[in-house]
Amino acid sequence: MFLGRVIGRVVPAVIYDGLEGVPMLWVQPLDMYGSASGKPFVCADGTRMAGPDELVYWEASREAALTLEPSFVPVDHAVVGIVDDLQLDPTTDGEADGPG
Amino acid sequence: MILARVAGRLTSTIHHHDMAGRTLLVCAKLDAERRPTGGYVIAVDHVGAGAGETVLILDEGNGARQVLGVLKMPVRSVVVAIVDDVG
Repeated sequence: MFLGRVIGRVVPAVIYDGLEGVPMLWVQPLDMYGSASGKPFVCADGTRMAGPDELVYWEASREAALTLEPSFVPVDHAVVGIVDDLQLDPTTDGEADGPG
Repeated sequence: MILARVAGRLTSTIHHHDMAGRTLLVCAKLDAERRPTGGYVIAVDHVGAGAGETVLILDEGNGARQVLGVLKMPVRSVVVAIVDDVG
């Protein structure tokens, strides 16, 4: 799993059977210190509770679809959880604070 | 598997139901000289690893779910060993 910041919501008009009602979030992937790293993508929200500006962790590929029920759906990125707190060990590689 | 160093712990109360009670570790990937590559992965802990320890991470979905014993858990990365030494 990896860190991401929710930067927006995506509202589909027509969607594949099984994905009705699943929130779609526009997510900016982050490095472990909270800096943007890579291009944004759309995640299905497996928590159904994440919103804009929240720090989340997401999973890609087949595991992403497993956040949903039914899980045999065309999803390749999904939010697995919302981050409450992240403390990085200052001795590991020099930076004490997580993305917070 | 991936050689990595545990950089910290992530706490989360709102998550997929299969994540309940699991410890999530933010792990910095290491190169052949055991220096951080800049890459990282958030893995479910299965061995009781803590910050600063060098660990092995299984980074494959079916194996991870087999280790954790939950068939539909949305997880690909699991900490499966604490490394004493790399020869």
